[in-house]
Amino acid sequence: MERLTSVDSFNTLQDRLRKQSDAGVTTIVIPAGTCGIASGAAELIHEAQRAILTGNLAGRVRLRITGCHGFCQMEPSILVEPVRAFYPRVNPKDMERIVRAAARGEVLRDLLPVDPSTGQPIERQDALGFFTKQVRGVLSQNEKIDPTRIEDYIGQGGYGALAAVLSHADAGWVIEQIKKSGIRGRGGAGFPTGKKWELASKAGNGTGKKFIVCNADEGDPGAYMDRSVLEGNPHAIIEGMIIAAIAIGATNGIIYVRTEYPLAIKHSLIALRQARRMGLLGDNILGSGIKFDIDIVRGAGAFVCGEETAMIKSIEGRMGEPRQRPPYPIAKGIFGSPTCINNVETLANVPLIIRHGADAFAAIGLEGNRGTKIFSLVGKIRNTGLVEVPLGTPIKEVVHEIGGGPVGKARIKAVQTGGPSGGCIPASLFDLPISYDSLTKAGSIMGSGGMIVMDENTCMVDVARYFMNFLKDESCGKCFTCRKGTQRMYEILDDISKGNGTLEQLDLLEQLAHAVKDTTMCGLGQTASNPVLSTLRYFRDEYISHIEKRRCPAGVCKELITYSINENCTGCQRCAKVCPPRAITGERKERHVIDAAKCIKCGTCRGVCKFEAVAVV
Amino acid sequence: MIDLAVNGLNVSVEKGTTVLGAAEFLGFPIPTLCHMEGLTPYGACRLCVVEIGEGPGAKLVTSCTYPAEPGLKVRTASARVIRARKMIIELLLASCPQSKTIQDLASKYEVTQQRFRQEYEECILCGRCVHMCQEQMMAKAIGFRGRGQSRSIGTPFDVPSEVCRQCGGCMYVCPACSLRCTYTEPEKAVCGGCANLSPPCLEKDPFDDMMCYMDPCVACEIKKP
Repeated sequence: MERLTSVDSFNTLQDRLRKQSDAGVTTIVIPAGTCGIASGAAELIHEAQRAILTGNLAGRVRLRITGCHGFCQMEPSILVEPVRAFYPRVNPKDMERIVRAAARGEVLRDLLPVDPSTGQPIERQDALGFFTKQVRGVLSQNEKIDPTRIEDYIGQGGYGALAAVLSHADAGWVIEQIKKSGIRGRGGAGFPTGKKWELASKAGNGTGKKFIVCNADEGDPGAYMDRSVLEGNPHAIIEGMIIAAIAIGATNGIIYVRTEYPLAIKHSLIALRQARRMGLLGDNILGSGIKFDIDIVRGAGAFVCGEETAMIKSIEGRMGEPRQRPPYPIAKGIFGSPTCINNVETLANVPLIIRHGADAFAAIGLEGNRGTKIFSLVGKIRNTGLVEVPLGTPIKEVVHEIGGGPVGKARIKAVQTGGPSGGCIPASLFDLPISYDSLTKAGSIMGSGGMIVMDENTCMVDVARYFMNFLKDESCGKCFTCRKGTQRMYEILDDISKGNGTLEQLDLLEQLAHAVKDTTMCGLGQTASNPVLSTLRYFRDEYISHIEKRRCPAGVCKELITYSINENCTGCQRCAKVCPPRAITGERKERHVIDAAKCIKCGTCRGVCKFEAVAVV
Repeated sequence: MIDLAVNGLNVSVEKGTTVLGAAEFLGFPIPTLCHMEGLTPYGACRLCVVEIGEGPGAKLVTSCTYPAEPGLKVRTASARVIRARKMIIELLLASCPQSKTIQDLASKYEVTQQRFRQEYEECILCGRCVHMCQEQMMAKAIGFRGRGQSRSIGTPFDVPSEVCRQCGGCMYVCPACSLRCTYTEPEKAVCGGCANLSPPCLEKDPFDDMMCYMDPCVACEIKKP
């Protein structure tokens, strides 16, 4: 790898790599992010390599190992280019067939996904319902790039934005572009990025040091878009950070990533090393005289360290605990120096804005909510995965069209956005366009983009209790009201879910939730009440039912339900065989009985019954 | 100098003054537990919350950590502040009913009920002792450990600290647990005894011969012939 010393030499290299990355060559793309590897992508890679070697196909078929493409439900999956055939849930035994067919330019129709409405196989990935409705900016690059090869990224136009910034523009121009694009911080609060950079560029404390930090401390349960971007396309973030550094005059960069993301750390380390070796990072970036380097700081997995002031303390090597703002990190951050903190997704969008123009970015979305946002769509839904849609897309479209609607017969009841400190939005509000302001108005938050779909088998008291349990453990404990408030809210929710709640407690819960929201210092505490307040707002009847009737309508709260077997039972004995405490008895071909004293209410019997004979009351 | 308004009164304070400082300068009482002159403001107990800003942008902040800003409009006793403060006191009572300071606060703010499950904790984790040890005694013998509900104050791994000179500074500054009433009946967490003029221990005979930690206590002063 040669060291590039000028923008011209970079452009020459990029032209050369563009020509090399011949799109016509048959390529087997295997997504091997953490999700892919967990579902068996490593074996697929192994089999693919073996098939290529034994079949002597090395010249005709290429193999590309990439990060996650987003359709996690279908992992381990394979994409064959250039025909763009998508094979979901591939069995390693089929790998050889796929490689051979790909070499011949054929598509294996029996392995293709089937359109549920017509029953016909879908030949191209782009025709899948999951992908057609998305507008993919950041995520679109994941399938084209091997994250461990900087050449792939450059060949796809990567670092072109950096070259553009270096060749004919100054810092003010960059900030102007970002402001024009209208992008708001993708970490949750939605502060306009351009404004933040402008403030950061003016800040200084006389030491000459200034930090740009990439916040990759993604801690929300069920959210993993930052991980996927960092794993699948680390150079985009590095490029975004370099551009940000030039814009605000930063001298040091830090990627704060949680230790729980080993693959993301590994890929970022490789990417940083490559960028340094190429002269894109370090003392003299592309011969421009600009000095900037990036370090990785590993977080120890505290949820609160995603809050910017707590993150600063963690980076300094102290206990991750938020502090009062002002002074904001922009004025006084890491070791007292001005610090600009941006989310992974924000930084990944920056090169795209510079490359395609601010106007193109601003053309997407709603007034005040520009561009696309990645959501991790999980829960009781047919297609789970990473979804990138323009801001302003109605929730309905994401849940029913991209997500494919409910899995079983139960109707979708609500969607929980924004992670543990977000709120639940009921199905009656699914026409709501997704934007920072509309979600806040509905009692939830955008957050980092988690989206958990819930159906009628989800108990909202249980959901609030689950999130409160998470928050009471993850609160740093500094603010008395956050520490004790979350504990007390959990206590009351636990009482209610066990049938010991009273209506007075419900009032107390609401009062406490408002007090916690009002009197805590950081974003964690101020939003910690959202799970309670939003479920109380939209699903108060479920709380009342738990308290007055001692009944859990969704059949979730163990203390309030009993399992029984109804007349549908055919006596197949499937349930009796799997029951952990052996509480089910009955002769073959006769109706079985559950011994309520022995039953631990695990629900295993209900899961295996084919005749809907297990009832929960 | 910075000009701001506290409860409608304009005041000029020096740069670096906190909102609490400005309010105290004007004589508006704001209750505090974790705040102490000479120690870095920490903002742990949240008792000193005040309302700043107007309209939908109004919010509560702790006055001990919030710096005075030009044009800031502060309300130290709005309905929202009092509501929040009462809830904080109720939470404090639920955890630490044996503290005289907390019982007095409850009386003062007319908190007459405690609706949570009663706990008997010794410490409200205000952090005064930690800051005292670190900033005034230059020892750093104790610190915070853990997070969330398992947070506590102590030496690393509970091993007696080598740097501790046993100066007692930590005990001296403790706002909540230094005065500990052992009298109140556990099931009646809100006694209001020490600040009320009709204290509960007056009618109780066994107290005649006991050493009371609350001395001087209003109740006993009255009882004296």
